[in-house]
Amino acid sequence: MGILEIKNVSKSFGGLKALNDVNLSVQENTVHAIIGPNGAGKSTLLNCLVGKLIPDTGSVTFEGKSLLGRKPFEINQLGVSRVFQTPEIFGDLTVLENVMIPCFAKRDGVFRMHALETVLREAEIREKAESVLSDMGMADKLHMHSASLSRGDKRRLEMAMCLAQEPKLLLLDEPTAGMARADTNRTIDLLKDIQASRNITMVIIEHDMHVVFSLAERITVMAQGTPIVEDVPENIKGHPKVQEAYLGGAH
Amino acid sequence: MRGLERKDFILLAFVTAIALLAPIILNPFPADSPLAQFNAGYPDLMQRFAIYGIFAVGFNILFGLTGYLSFGHAAFLGIGSYAAVWMFKLLTMNVLPAVLLSVLLSGAFALIIGFISLRRSGIYFSILTLAFAQMSYALAYSVLTPITNGETGLQLSLNDPRVLDPVNTSGSLPFPSLFGIKMNAVAEIEALGRVYQFPAGYYFCAVIFLIAFYLSMRIFRSPFGLMLRAVKTNQTRMAYTGLNPRPYTLAAFVISGMYAGLAGGLLAAMDPLAGAERMQWTASGEVVLMTILGGVGTLLGPILGAGFIKYFENIFSKINDNVLHQWFSFLPDGMEDFVVTILHPFVGKGWHLTLGVLFMLVVIFLPGGLIEGFQRIGRLFRRRPKAGKDDPEHHPKPAPHVAE
Ligand SMILES: Nc1ncnc2c1ncn2[C@@H]1O[C@H](COP(=O)(O)OP(=O)(O)OP(=O)(O)O)[C@@H](O)[C@H]1O
Ligand SMILES: [Mg+2]
Repeated sequence: MGILEIKNVSKSFGGLKALNDVNLSVQENTVHAIIGPNGAGKSTLLNCLVGKLIPDTGSVTFEGKSLLGRKPFEINQLGVSRVFQTPEIFGDLTVLENVMIPCFAKRDGVFRMHALETVLREAEIREKAESVLSDMGMADKLHMHSASLSRGDKRRLEMAMCLAQEPKLLLLDEPTAGMARADTNRTIDLLKDIQASRNITMVIIEHDMHVVFSLAERITVMAQGTPIVEDVPENIKGHPKVQEAYLGGAH
Repeated sequence: MRGLERKDFILLAFVTAIALLAPIILNPFPADSPLAQFNAGYPDLMQRFAIYGIFAVGFNILFGLTGYLSFGHAAFLGIGSYAAVWMFKLLTMNVLPAVLLSVLLSGAFALIIGFISLRRSGIYFSILTLAFAQMSYALAYSVLTPITNGETGLQLSLNDPRVLDPVNTSGSLPFPSLFGIKMNAVAEIEALGRVYQFPAGYYFCAVIFLIAFYLSMRIFRSPFGLMLRAVKTNQTRMAYTGLNPRPYTLAAFVISGMYAGLAGGLLAAMDPLAGAERMQWTASGEVVLMTILGGVGTLLGPILGAGFIKYFENIFSKINDNVLHQWFSFLPDGMEDFVVTILHPFVGKGWHLTLGVLFMLVVIFLPGGLIEGFQRIGRLFRRRPKAGKDDPEHHPKPAPHVAE
């Protein structure tokens, strides 16, 4: 029994079957990669996990609890964080404030009326946010306006925001897209460190095979809304079905 | 002071000094000088500065922090006024219970209206709040006449019970007071060959304004304020960060509704009348203008905006053709008539035209509001010698600060 169990999940948009009877089990404390050609339904699958979309059929359970019908913030409070394919950050706020918010969410829950305390005096929250940011190599950008960050930095910031919550399950949708090679390598190292130092399960969607094969312990290949192969990385590389899916999908 | 950083403390001290010395600062011209008409330091106007300052400061907690633009906040202003007048009629002429009920009742209404309106965002939210305010206006104007006294407006009368007050034998209407100090009392002090007036009503409003301003400052700097700014910038991220935006926005809505109710209660405390027109959409629009004109989302901006609008409303609506003729009497006759004709539509009853033009100029040239204008002037003077040569375009944009 995995920490995340996806059973018979289907999702259609009009006539398009974006997900077709998906079954997937993610084991605790592993890095599980999902790869597949564009439009295979990878992001849609994540959307069904975090409460953005409700699957037409099937079930999704996290630590034995069903996620279906729960709101995004409820699912997050259960310990599931997500990095989006296009970074979702608080553009008007500083980098530090961006990371302090998830720290507050972790400590205070869904809502708390802390109107007469002072952000600057929340030393613990601040220290935690700063330490996560320095892990991310962003210690020099604490007071920058986050909308003015480079694309790679925005991704890193979003990752920092997710990590600050100490999630049990981290969902990463193309975390290195748009990053330069050096930044990509840095991100790989960082994710490896995180994986080694904390109890965290990761589901990572990625087109960059270098990233996938550096990190993943298990790989699921999706095509046209269905997982076609699931195996350890060594067996995936030369798998005929995978070749076919990619060549077929890419025309 | 407790919970304030140095910079904010200085700002608060500055605002406090201005508020307390207003009767002196706002009367720079001696009474017999021709410029005396530009003085702003008389009780009625100073009270309006403080009261509309409260209104705008509260509105800014909702609009400035969360970005939700309410077009119906005058409803709470009206509710506050009615509540206060009823307290004067039933309980006592003391202003404290009246103002307290204003705040509580408008808070309760804000809870209901906010709960429904906040199901939508953007323009739909604005329309919903506008609809609620117009409904309140219509109700107050006709259906609820037994409570609001319809188009005449709610007034005091000699037969009111006023259960806590001693029986009124004077035969004239009582006036709101604070433990015996009448709100229309004025202390006159002669100094430097001038007579300065210190009105009790204004000082009551000013003290409440300062408390309201201090609280808004605390909210801006609090984790709650940070969450409200998060609502404004990215609600999606907020939800995926385990935070429910809805109670945060609702709390902001209720707080700003209570500020509006407080302002309405104070209006009634200064002049114990309440009419439906106080809830009209023009009044809701005015607070939007004040906030934008002064600087949305800044601490000081809404106060500046409120002061600016109330001052010019007062000055421009006082100027009539006679005054204009006086001013331009130095011109040859034909020219004089011509200039007066041109200016005529902008003064007196037409002062809204002037306000419209000023508003457009500010929005076009100072998108950050008047406060941005002051900051630019400040930067001109404070500029470090070297900074002038740098190319401003090549600096990373500094984080916008909610203060200043
Ligand atoms: N909200 C939506 N409405 C309609 N169609 C959608 C929606 N979201 C996704 N789709 C469609 O569903 C299919 C799967 O999309 P999805 O974004 O899950 O693919 P993906 O595997 O993440 O692709 P990529 O690698 O390009 O990110 C695509 O054909 C897409 O156009
Ligand atoms: Mg995708």
